[in-house]
Amino acid sequence: MPDAPARAGDGRATEDPPVVQATGVTKKYGPTVALDDAGITVAAGQTHALVGRNGAGKSTLVSILTGLQAPDEGTVTFAGRPAPGLADRDAWRRRVACVYQKSTIIPALTVAENLFLNRYDRGGTGLIKWSALRRRAAELLAAWSVDVDPARLAGDLSVEQRQFVEIARALSFGARFVILDEPTAQLDGAAIQRLFGRIRDLQAQGVTFLFISHHLQEIYEICDVVTVFRDARHIVTAPVADLPRSGLVAAMTGENAATERHDRTRTIDAAGPAALNVDALTAADAYRDISFRIASGEIVGLAGAAGSGRTEVAETIVGLRVAAAGRVEIAGRHARPGSVPDALAAGAGFVPQDRHHQGFVPDMSVADNGTLSVPGKLGPHGFIDGRRRDALAAGMIENLAIKTPSPQLPVSGLSGGNQQKVVMARALADEPRLLVLINPTAGIDVRSKEFLLDKVEQTAQSGAGVLIASDELDDLRVCDRVLVMFQGRVTAEIGRGWHDHELVAAMEGMNLDA
Amino acid sequence: MPDTALAETPAPVAAKRGLIGGRVPLARLRDLALVPAIVIIAIVGQIVSPVFLQPDNLLNVLQTMSEIALLVLAETMILIVKKMDLSLESTMGLAPGVAAWLVVPVGAGHGLGLLPGGWAIPVTLAVGALVGVINAMLIIRFGLNGFIVTLGMLIVLRGALTGISGGQTFFHLPPSMLYLGTTEWFGVPASIWVCLTLFAVAIVVLGWTSFGRSLYAIGGNVDAAKAAGIRTDRVLWIVIVTGSVLAALAGLLLSGRLASVASAQGNGYIFTVFAAAVIGGISLNGGKGTMFGAFTGILLLFMIQNVLTLAGIPAQWIGALNGLIILAALIVSRITGGKVQD
Repeated sequence: MPDAPARAGDGRATEDPPVVQATGVTKKYGPTVALDDAGITVAAGQTHALVGRNGAGKSTLVSILTGLQAPDEGTVTFAGRPAPGLADRDAWRRRVACVYQKSTIIPALTVAENLFLNRYDRGGTGLIKWSALRRRAAELLAAWSVDVDPARLAGDLSVEQRQFVEIARALSFGARFVILDEPTAQLDGAAIQRLFGRIRDLQAQGVTFLFISHHLQEIYEICDVVTVFRDARHIVTAPVADLPRSGLVAAMTGENAATERHDRTRTIDAAGPAALNVDALTAADAYRDISFRIASGEIVGLAGAAGSGRTEVAETIVGLRVAAAGRVEIAGRHARPGSVPDALAAGAGFVPQDRHHQGFVPDMSVADNGTLSVPGKLGPHGFIDGRRRDALAAGMIENLAIKTPSPQLPVSGLSGGNQQKVVMARALADEPRLLVLINPTAGIDVRSKEFLLDKVEQTAQSGAGVLIASDELDDLRVCDRVLVMFQGRVTAEIGRGWHDHELVAAMEGMNLDA
Repeated sequence: MPDTALAETPAPVAAKRGLIGGRVPLARLRDLALVPAIVIIAIVGQIVSPVFLQPDNLLNVLQTMSEIALLVLAETMILIVKKMDLSLESTMGLAPGVAAWLVVPVGAGHGLGLLPGGWAIPVTLAVGALVGVINAMLIIRFGLNGFIVTLGMLIVLRGALTGISGGQTFFHLPPSMLYLGTTEWFGVPASIWVCLTLFAVAIVVLGWTSFGRSLYAIGGNVDAAKAAGIRTDRVLWIVIVTGSVLAALAGLLLSGRLASVASAQGNGYIFTVFAAAVIGGISLNGGKGTMFGAFTGILLLFMIQNVLTLAGIPAQWIGALNGLIILAALIVSRITGGKVQD
């Protein structure tokens, strides 16, 4: 086992046994080996990162550490003592809690009820005392300084608030070891910073975190120690300070990947017909007076924090929303406002914000999903020619290197990165003149991300204009220029070669030059 | 900042005050969404006919709706846990039908006369429980689709009643079967007492017991409910079986009131039941709505029907109007509720 003694490099070393230690864990699902003699050791008070590409065995490890599954071989100990039996849920909950990507909050119930579900305060009559329950919830939230009204419906909370509530609930069981499974995937920059502030506070109060993320930058920002898994095995555990970014990527991918993106040479035909022309676009509640132009072959970023209006502008361009005033021209053609078919017919391709909601139909096959937007290409008079569809789909699967055993597999069976590739394939299916992408790399692994961004550059090279609405710096790095939105207006335009802090400051509405 | 907890101690007090003045009344208001509509109908009814607000007429409305209201109660529980039971209306006919078949003496209709009259009520409830157990077994144990399972049961049970009755109506019911449908307690028909009491019990159970809250948890997010330590399958079993027993009880009330069990007893009720539940704010996607809301839903439907009858609408048109009422009530509840129905 290359399980180096995992200690934070900041002198917070204690003599306590590790909060959790898994050694020699093997888990098989039929012929698939999900974990192969892997292990992890998390010391008390650390924030420990667990990274790996999709399929590296992270999720399986989490389900073993949280007692949802038993390992085939190997042992798990908490503070030096063996893990409780799988059936003893309460004992598990006192030791470890996990905030999953998928919410475990019940939206139709109040925050207070979610916090104390199935452990209500009872009055003398045996009935639930709601007043006592709400008071206890308010105390719990205040104790961990979570600023949420316990009487609100949980479904009305933002993703950020929901996570805080879930963390508070986890702590209320007595667990001081919390696993965060990609907590930042659905948060914008400011919310991520608030989450990190909260993690640091809780760490100071003696809470240990295991932090799972695809964003390597975040690991350097918040974590003390990082463990890398690859192909169901433990690869390395090291203090983050001792592991440079390139070394981390190499450990994850098993090769020396170039972290620097090689610039492609592209010719931007500034004088030619515009791929997109947006003129004085205004929607009362979201954005005001947005005008810009994207030339053929140009990649333009639309950056901004959540709520800055970037997503709304992009959705207006493809017809998902209607603007109150202004004009959108796609490849020289005026698209009827609010009509997605019209935008597609004008030559737009679109990767929506949330692939699970708007991107694909989970139970339909890869082939059906990929060709959903191009029924006209599938056969005459609205009939679908199965062979033609499969040929188109096979082309997409090859073109985007989608890892699927068959075009007939439902999209829900693919990994996150490959699902996003299917969405991308559909956006590219009709050789778009304009490609609009919203958060195209949210929640997908490093490799798929690089691949998708490479594909975006290729598309631009072939003469299409590209608009990327995102606050993810890696997405914006491929752009020729970035328009920064703040509170519904375009406040800055930044050319290639920007520094991270410059762009982040612009998105947060700060002026570094002042 | 390890002293966060200390620094923030005043917060709960402030938050609590906020609750009393702010959110909770709002949440309660949603339960009362149909009350304005009911008041308006009452006023319209009084204008149409001065009889409308007479105690006799109001008791009449409550009595005619008492049986179907029990089905609404049952269906509401089942919808909250995100299941469906279409077979309730057939259970309502078959359960008293089997009792009558076994109890009614030979010679009068299709009765077998195998059991003394006192057995009628236990047999009725037992048939209801048995139907519930079969439904629950197919849906929970074998994981079959609840909609189709209960659709199948709807047809099977209706056919079984037609079979044992020879398509005819059972008369000469024993006194025990007539009792609940005909007696008055304190000047009010017993079936109204039964109906209102059961709704009161259901409101308390769903609002103030951990069993009741677990129905919402299961309907809202079954995985989260499991993770919170709720024994979801057991709760679902209880809900489905209780629903069928309530349907049997509703059948008993109706048979008692009509002093007969027709082979078509309960036929077509389920549509009104669903309509009342949705109008009352119960979501077909589970986890939402209250028992009080469901009660106002069925009450509103029956008040409108009563007003139309008093207004002298020809009987041939009542069917079409019933459908229109459901649509209109749905629109009214959408307006007063202010939320998209799902």
